[in-house]
Amino acid sequence: MVKKILMSILMMLVVFSVFAGGGKEASQTKDTKKAETAMETVTLDFWSWRTEDVDVYNDLIAQFREKNPGIDVNFTAYKNTEYNTVLSAALSGESGPDIIHLKAYGGLETYAQPGYLMPLDDKIPALKNFDPNAVRGATSISDGKIYGVPFASQTLVIFYNKALYKELGLSVPETWAQFLANLDVMKKAGITPLANGGKDGWTLEVLQGVICPNFYGANDYFTELTSGKAKFTDDRYRTSLEKLLELRPYMPENFMGIAYTDMQMLFINEMAGHFIGGSWEAGYFSAQNPDLDYDVFAGPVAKAGDTRYASAFLDGSFGMNADTENPEEATAFLNFLASTQAGQFLADSLKQKSDVPGVKFTDPYLKKLGELNVNSTPYITLVGFRYEQPTGSALIQSTLQGFLADSIDSTEVVRQVQEGVATWYKPFQ
Amino acid sequence: MKKTKNQSLWILFFVLPGLLIVTVFIVAPLFMSMFNSLFSWKSIVRDQFVGLENFNKIMTQYPYRDRFFNAIGNNVEWFLSTMFIQNSLGILFGYLLYKKIAGAAFYQRVFFIPVLFSIVAVGFLWSLYMNPNMGIINKLLKDLGLQSFTRAWLGDEALATPSIIAVNIWRWVGFPTLVFYAGFNSVPLEVVEASYLDGVGEIRLFTGIMIPLILPSIMIITVLTLIGSLNVFEQIYTMAGLEGGPYFSTDTLGTLFYRTAFGGVDSGIPEIGIGSAIGVVIYLMTFLASAVSILSFKGKEVEL
Repeated sequence: MVKKILMSILMMLVVFSVFAGGGKEASQTKDTKKAETAMETVTLDFWSWRTEDVDVYNDLIAQFREKNPGIDVNFTAYKNTEYNTVLSAALSGESGPDIIHLKAYGGLETYAQPGYLMPLDDKIPALKNFDPNAVRGATSISDGKIYGVPFASQTLVIFYNKALYKELGLSVPETWAQFLANLDVMKKAGITPLANGGKDGWTLEVLQGVICPNFYGANDYFTELTSGKAKFTDDRYRTSLEKLLELRPYMPENFMGIAYTDMQMLFINEMAGHFIGGSWEAGYFSAQNPDLDYDVFAGPVAKAGDTRYASAFLDGSFGMNADTENPEEATAFLNFLASTQAGQFLADSLKQKSDVPGVKFTDPYLKKLGELNVNSTPYITLVGFRYEQPTGSALIQSTLQGFLADSIDSTEVVRQVQEGVATWYKPFQ
Repeated sequence: MKKTKNQSLWILFFVLPGLLIVTVFIVAPLFMSMFNSLFSWKSIVRDQFVGLENFNKIMTQYPYRDRFFNAIGNNVEWFLSTMFIQNSLGILFGYLLYKKIAGAAFYQRVFFIPVLFSIVAVGFLWSLYMNPNMGIINKLLKDLGLQSFTRAWLGDEALATPSIIAVNIWRWVGFPTLVFYAGFNSVPLEVVEASYLDGVGEIRLFTGIMIPLILPSIMIITVLTLIGSLNVFEQIYTMAGLEGGPYFSTDTLGTLFYRTAFGGVDSGIPEIGIGSAIGVVIYLMTFLASAVSILSFKGKEVEL
């Protein structure tokens, strides 16, 4: 009998200690929160998906604290792929952070539409000076209000190996014909001209974003398309996609099996001469191979003298929780993030093209991106059509896979994209 | 033996933690997604009650309709190929082990090892093997002078699903092997000896006596294969990506559900109502398929 009682006590202890673990932790954080309010410093919670930039943000927060001694900011980064889920759960459970690192366009819309975000139009005066194309990514399409301070833009470009260009006596191409000629020279020299493959659909969306704008008429077509005057089935867009087929002979063998990481590897190890991708690659390229001598140019134009456009889009922005208990302190911090000081610091330390007005790019690569952005056009499927399911991006990614593998033709690609987007995009209905 | 009150309490005490976990993490979410599938959604907030509209959408509205039926087709392909190839191999290997072929003890362990590997690791490893440029498979083919047989294994619409299924079979074949091996061993020795004395040949013994006697094992494996094929997700996610590429050729209900409900990797736009509806359909299909297969095997067991 005694043995039985002892056993049951032991069991109870085991079971309860399992459950007690969670409870203890929760009460502890509550206690620390209480202690902080007693000291009268306000701590803002700041959530992000940029796990790789934690140190940079902590440095930035230290700069902010110097000027605002009463406010502390606690930066927490979640894994990129889990960030949306964590944030959604927290916001719908009313336990979200004060400052939210927001993704752009549809990513912002997810939180703006149900009213989780605070409109910033009146709170951040500096927003008026931002480039309208950047602000667009932080603006809700449902009410036209701005919900975030834009932090960085990306440009879609063609990376090329400068050393190889020199060795083969090539020069940066202006027209499509010159570009194809360069690729041809490389192929004959025994080097894979393009690193691009098709296993990861999103890299094909990028490919389209780099090459096609200069054939479909960049901003004019984009404006007509987003207003509903033109459709994806428009001949301008369809024929621009046909250009991608002309690149196939220069891609690696069995290119449909080449994934994103394979593409990076081919370019970094100088096994391929070009990498058609986004400006965000530069940091990784240089880190993996510091000796790699590369530069970028925008997608080539149809005929010499045409204006040369590069697709650009906003990477993300900083927003404020509509339910924050410290709106004044959060506003102060966002105003700091919108300042030239913060913009310059982030641009310098992260090598990302900042959208804050007045930021000077000293880095030659960022300078080049700035030049390419003089004639920029919205990254069509992301900027215009990544708001609801099925997104224009998801549609173009898979249809381009079918297209490059010859399973469907360009007419079918644009038909599927049009029909899919039209299920939710009002101007198409 | 009659249970005393004291014993029932003890049983409850031990069952309770498990029951609690199942309720919180399995039953509750199931009802939650059934509930969610009846609403239209404003991004991540429940909007209006729409009844079965979401179910109607996945059956009739482009592009859900196309994706949905394409995914079901792939699930069926998974089931059929796993069922016939993996389980036939399982029976064959199981029987060979039972017959104590040379090195049986060694093979018994070796066949089961891949089952212990994590799916993610297996998927990653095999996608490296299948890489068209650096992968060992294409490299071997080239070294053997079979250049024309090299392929983009995971990038080719016609080959992607069979390639992934092949890896899945490689990984799991040890499981049915073990189950069938146990099944063969549970056949009473007298039966086997009696058949030999009666002059029954090896093949006749295998097909006419051994197979009917291991029907319970076959039933278990069939149901597990069925459920497994309806829920397949990780292998595709790691080898082909969440989009079920190339061009939806590897898409299954599992990847379609995840992509729709949680918004995929890059797009990030959740469609919770539609996603929940797909989830409920997967649940119903799994439930029905298991019920049908269990019922159809019932009463077919051979009594000795």
